[in-house]
Amino acid sequence: MTLWTPPQAVNLVDLNFMDARFKLIEVAAFLDRIQRAGQDEDFRVLALKKAIAALSQSEPQRAKNVLLSLSDTTTEPIPKATMQGALGAWQ
Amino acid sequence: MAVGIIRNPKSKSAMSYIEPHGHMVSRTTDDYEKMALAGCVAICEPAFWAGFDRASAQGFYDYFRQITEYEPKRAARFGLKHYSWLCINPKEAEDLNLADDVLALIPEFINKPNVLGIGEIGLNKNSRNELKILEKHIQLAADYDQLILVHTPHLEDKLKGTRLILDALKNHSKIKPERVIIDHVEEHTIDLVLDAGFWAGLTLYPESKCSPHRAIDMLEQRKAEKIWMNSACDWGVSDPLAVPKTMLEMRKRGWNEHSIQRVALENPVAFMGQSPKFKL
Repeated sequence: MTLWTPPQAVNLVDLNFMDARFKLIEVAAFLDRIQRAGQDEDFRVLALKKAIAALSQSEPQRAKNVLLSLSDTTTEPIPKATMQGALGAWQ
Repeated sequence: MAVGIIRNPKSKSAMSYIEPHGHMVSRTTDDYEKMALAGCVAICEPAFWAGFDRASAQGFYDYFRQITEYEPKRAARFGLKHYSWLCINPKEAEDLNLADDVLALIPEFINKPNVLGIGEIGLNKNSRNELKILEKHIQLAADYDQLILVHTPHLEDKLKGTRLILDALKNHSKIKPERVIIDHVEEHTIDLVLDAGFWAGLTLYPESKCSPHRAIDMLEQRKAEKIWMNSACDWGVSDPLAVPKTMLEMRKRGWNEHSIQRVALENPVAFMGQSPKFKL
């Protein structure tokens, strides 16, 4: 098995900034859109706004903390599955 | 250089990779050709949900025949090896009678030459019945000394489901973590899986699960140890070329050819090579 070799340093800002900028504006526009439509009290939107706070944290654990913020943190199995899909945020 | 073909500067052929989790019953024959052109050498197909609930175990019988008899022939037309995994997926496990009927079919197929193990088992909504059927699958794998491929739940259900799955696996005395891969990990679950000694799978989806850059972030954080990446290409929004596209992104991010090959080829070989049936 090949041993781990750290990647050669590249400019990750050059590589990903425009993509991140695009996605951030998409989030901002989404929040504007659903507010204008009077739908900003939806539990998923409230969860999203809460998760956005993780972006201001100083440790490089932002993605993990966003995911944790949107997760079901209970520990017991539910009695019965009443749906098959997932909604993206825990209620 | 042709578009979509990644070339190893030290060889004359496309850089080889394995698609360790692809639902090829959902894909066209053209997709097999594209994957072969991109350097794919083997595809592994876990049993999964068909997008609708099957009415009886007979539907699963036909599906098991499809992934153990028909798909290997379709793949072979393009020089690709095809392997499969057997189970009833957790989305259909709420019906215990159906699940028991399907579990009873598995021993008939387990010795087929392309079957690597039990999968993709796991949880969907983290219900009691899903957990019962997961435990029965784990017992089946132990009884037949099979590798296990685990599906973890979607979105908000993933963290809890991953914890419940890890507990169920750890609670079985005959299950060795190095013979189990837990797929669809993300940033909040990957450490739980790898720190417990299991393998982890990164699933590259256009809209959910994991993007190429997030996958590469996690690979770098964990030094690519005991991790594979897959497209899980199925009937939904997915990309059968997600693995070679991520290999291209790795190159852009300064990865050398050996490290890319380790993740794309050597790691899947190391895990699935634990089955004597797996050969390239």
